[in-house]
Amino acid sequence: MQADLNIILPEIVIAVYAMAALLFAAYSGKDKLASMLTWLTAGLLVAMALWIGSSGDGARTAFGGMFNDDGFARFAKVTILLSAAAVLVMGKDYMARRGILRFEYPILIALASVGMMMMVSAGDLMALYMGLELQSLSLYVVASLRRDSAKSTEAGLKYFVLGALSSGLLLYGASLVYGYTGTTLFSGIIASADGHAPIGLLLGLVFVLSGLAFKVSAVPFHMWTPDVYEGAPTPITAFFATAPKMAAMGLFARVVHDAFGGVVSDWQQVLAVLSLLSMFLGAVAAIGQTDIKRLMAYSSIAHMGYALMGLAAGTAFGVQSMLIYMAIYVTMNVGTFAFILSMERDGQPVTDIASLNLYSKANPGRAMAMLILLFSLAGVPPLLGFFGKFYVLRAAYDGGLAWLAVAGVIASVIGAFYYLRIVFYMYFGEEREPLEKNNSPVLWGFLMASAAIMLLGIANMFGVESIAQAAAATLVN
Amino acid sequence: MLDNVLSFTTFIPAVAAIILALFLRGEDAAAQRNAKWVALAATTLTFLVSLFILFDFDPSNTGFQFVEERDWLLGLKYKMGVDGISVLFVMLTTFIMPLTIAASWNVTDRVKEYMIAFLILETLMLGVFMALDLVLFYLFFEAGLIPMFLIIGIWGGKERIYASFKFFLYTFLGSVLMLVAMVAMFAEAGTTDIPALMTHQFGSESFSILGIHVVGGMQTLMFIAFFASFAVKMPMWPVHTWLPDAHVQAPTAGSVVLAAILLKMGGYGFLRFSLPMFPVGSEVMTPLVLWMSAIAIVYTSLVALAQEDMKKLIAYSSVAHMGYVTMGIFAANQQGIDGAIFQMLSHGFISGALFLCVGVIYDRMHTRDIDAYGGLVNRMPAYALIFMLFTMANVGLPGTSGFVGEFLTLVGIFQVNTWVAAVATSGVILSAAYALWLYRRVVMGDLIKESLRSITDMSGRERAIFAPLIVMTLLLGVYPALVTDIIGPSVEALITNYDTARAEAHAISQVAETSH
Repeated sequence: MQADLNIILPEIVIAVYAMAALLFAAYSGKDKLASMLTWLTAGLLVAMALWIGSSGDGARTAFGGMFNDDGFARFAKVTILLSAAAVLVMGKDYMARRGILRFEYPILIALASVGMMMMVSAGDLMALYMGLELQSLSLYVVASLRRDSAKSTEAGLKYFVLGALSSGLLLYGASLVYGYTGTTLFSGIIASADGHAPIGLLLGLVFVLSGLAFKVSAVPFHMWTPDVYEGAPTPITAFFATAPKMAAMGLFARVVHDAFGGVVSDWQQVLAVLSLLSMFLGAVAAIGQTDIKRLMAYSSIAHMGYALMGLAAGTAFGVQSMLIYMAIYVTMNVGTFAFILSMERDGQPVTDIASLNLYSKANPGRAMAMLILLFSLAGVPPLLGFFGKFYVLRAAYDGGLAWLAVAGVIASVIGAFYYLRIVFYMYFGEEREPLEKNNSPVLWGFLMASAAIMLLGIANMFGVESIAQAAAATLVN
Repeated sequence: MLDNVLSFTTFIPAVAAIILALFLRGEDAAAQRNAKWVALAATTLTFLVSLFILFDFDPSNTGFQFVEERDWLLGLKYKMGVDGISVLFVMLTTFIMPLTIAASWNVTDRVKEYMIAFLILETLMLGVFMALDLVLFYLFFEAGLIPMFLIIGIWGGKERIYASFKFFLYTFLGSVLMLVAMVAMFAEAGTTDIPALMTHQFGSESFSILGIHVVGGMQTLMFIAFFASFAVKMPMWPVHTWLPDAHVQAPTAGSVVLAAILLKMGGYGFLRFSLPMFPVGSEVMTPLVLWMSAIAIVYTSLVALAQEDMKKLIAYSSVAHMGYVTMGIFAANQQGIDGAIFQMLSHGFISGALFLCVGVIYDRMHTRDIDAYGGLVNRMPAYALIFMLFTMANVGLPGTSGFVGEFLTLVGIFQVNTWVAAVATSGVILSAAYALWLYRRVVMGDLIKESLRSITDMSGRERAIFAPLIVMTLLLGVYPALVTDIIGPSVEALITNYDTARAEAHAISQVAETSH
C-alpha cells in the first residue's frame, strides 16, 4: 500500500492541494484570492512536471496494475502539466479584466490535470473511466465559467451533453470488453485478445474507440469542437486546445497498445479512417471560417488527424511520432493562443480574422512570430511543424499505410490555404481600424518563445526525440 | 575556413537578415538606407566567399567536394557538398543576388522586411543546391516558398494576392508528393544520404495497383512523385500556369530571382534525383517528358506572341526556354545535359536581364503594357542597346550564351528522337518572332506617345547593374568552355552511371523472366 501511494504521489499532491485550496478560498477571500491561486497552481503544476520529469526511468505499477508509471506516462504528464501551467498564466490577465477570474478556475484546472494524469497512466478500464470523468467534469464547468454569457453556457451545455453521450459509448464498450474477457485490467485484456479477438470484443473495442475519438475530437465525433472553442472564454479555449488533447491522445495510445496490442490489424483500419476524415474535414471546413477561434477548432481537428496517423501505424515508431507530434502541436498552440489572447480593440476581445488587417505594420515583431507559428501549423519547412508531419508520414509508410500518407499530404495543402489567409490579412491587407497594442509581457513572452522553439527546434528538437523514443518503447513491446 | 565554406556561404545572408530583424529600428529614410546597404554588403560578401568555392573546385573530381557532415534528427544528416553539376548554380545564385538588391533601390514600402525576405531567400536557394541529404534538400526547397510568397504578396502588383496564393499552393501541392516519395525512399534504402541513394537500386519490377500496370514499378512511381514537384517548379507545360501570374505580379527583383534562380531548381532536381536515382523510371517516362518539352517550346512561344503585357511575354518565353532544358536533360547524353545546364545558367543571366529591362521602364511609366510604349530609342539610346543585346541573346543569336544552350540541347535530342528535335527547332524561329516583335513595338519607330516625351535614359546605377550580366552573356557566348570544362566530368559520370544502372536493371529483369 505504501509503495502504491508513493507511485501516485504527484497526483495525490495536486488533488490534496486542490481540495485544500477550495476549502480555504471558500471560507476566506473567495475571488480576491483567485490571482494568487492561479500563480500558486501554475507553480505547483510546473513543480510536479519537474519532479515527474526528473524521477528517473523504469516502469512501475500500482494497485495491482491499475496505475502505470512508465516513460510514456511521464512524457505525457510533463507535456500536460507544462501546457496547463502555461495556459493558466497566459489567461490570468484576460480573465481578470473581464471579471471572470473566479477562484474555482485554477482549482478546476488543477483537478482536470489530475484527471489527465490518471488517464495517461491508466492500466484498467475503471481507472481509465475515473480519470476521464474527473477531467471531463472539470472541463464542462470551466467551459461555462462565464455564466452571464449565452455563448459560454451554451458551449458548456453542448460539451456536457455530447460528452455524456460519448462517456456512455465508452462505458458500453468497456462492459462488452469486460464481458468477453472477464477482466477490466489491460494486462488481462491483452492476454485474452492475443492475435484473435471474438466479435463481441471487437464490438466493445469499437465503442471504446468511439468514446475516445470524441475526446480527441476526431471526425465523425468532432461536432462539439467548433462551438465549444468559439463559446468558451479564450483562455479556456486555449486550455482545451492543448493539455486535454495530449491526455486524450495518450489515453488512446494506452488503450490500443496496452489493452489491444495483440489485435493491431483490427483497430488499425478504424484509426486510419478516423485520421483520414479528420485531416480532410479539418482542412476543408476551416476555409470558410471568419472567427479565429473557430478556425483553430478545425485546425486542431486536422492536427488530431495527423497524430492519429502516427498511432494508426501500430508500431513503437508510430507512438513515438505521435508523442513528438503532440508535443510540437501543444507548443504551437500555446503560442498561437497567446497571440489570440492579445487581440483586442477598445478593451474588448476580438476574434474576427479580418480585424488583423495589416497587423504587421503596427506590430512587426508579433506579426513575424505569428507568421512563423502559422507556417509551422501548416507544416511548411523549415519549421518544427514540418518535422512533426515528417515523423507521422514516416510512421504511416512503415506501418503499410502509404495511401494514408499520400492523403495526409494532400490535406495539408488544402489546410495551408487557411493559414495563409491569416498571413494574408496580417501582411497584404489594407489598413482599416487597427487592433490595440497589447503590451502584456506575459503574452509576448509566450508568443516569442513558442515561435523561437519552432525555429530553433529544428537543430535537435531539444532532445525530445530520444525521450519520446524511450517513452514509446515502454508502451509497445 | 575552407572546411566549412559551404555553410559559411549559405548562412551569411541569413545572419545579415537576423541582424536587420533585431537591430534595425524605424521606417525613416536613414533606416531604409541602412537596410539596403546591409543587404547589398551581405550579398556581395556572399559572392566573394563563394568565389573561394569556384577557385578551389577541382573539375576533374566527379565526386562531391567541400563535404560537411553532422548528425541530425531521426538519423538524418546535415550534409552539404557540391559537384560539377551544382557548383555553377551556387555561383549563379550568389552572382544574381547583389544585382537584385541593387535593382531594388527604389523600394520604399517596408524596406527592412523586403531585404530580410530576399536575404532569407538567398540562404534557402543556396541550401537547395548544396544539400546532400534528401530531407535537408526538401527543407530548403520548400522553405523558399515562404519568402517568395511574401515578396509577391506584399510588394507585388494589383493582382498580387491571387498570384501569391496560386504560386504557393501550386508549388506546395507539387512538392508534398515528392515528400511522400522521400519518405518511401528513406524507408526502402534506410538512408537519406544523397550520394548513397544515387548508388542504391530501387525496385524496378513492374506491378499492378488498382488495376493499372506500372512498368518500372517503384521507380516509376517515385519518378512521378518527384516529377510532380520539379515539373511545377520548372515549370513545364501544362503545369506552368502559375508562372505568368507570379511573374507579372511580383516586384522586379522578385521576377528576376524567380526566373534566374528558382526555376533552375526544377532542372537541378531532375539531374540530382530523377536520373541518377530512378534510371528505369526515367527511361519509362522519357518519351512523355520529351514530348511535353516539345509542346512547351512551340505552344508557349505561340502564346507569347499574343501577349499585351511585357512581363507576361517574357514569362512565357521562360517556359519555352525551360522546355529546351528538360529536353536536353532527358536526351541523357553528353551534349544534351551539358546543353541543359548551360541553358539554365545562360537563361539565368538573360531572363534576369530582360526582367530588369522591363523594370527600368516600369519604374518610369508604371505600366507594362506593350501598347503604352514605342520609339524609346529616340530618348533612351543606351537602354535600346542593352535591351537589344538581351533580346538577341533570348532569341539565341550566335555569339551570345543563349545560342550555345539551345544548340547543344538540340544536338543532344537529335541523336535520341529526331521528331522531337524537329518540332523543338521550330521554336527557335518562333522565339525570334515574339522577341523581335516585342523589341520593335517597344523600342523602335517614332516617339509618338505624349507621355514618353520626357522619359530619361538609364542612370548610372542601372547601367552598373546590367554591366556584369552583359559581360557574362557575351563571355559564355564566345567561350562556352568556361562552363563545360567544369560540368563536363560530372555530367559524364552521371551519364555513365545512368547507362550502367539501366543495363543492370534490364539484365536482372531478363534473368527473372527466363527463370520463370
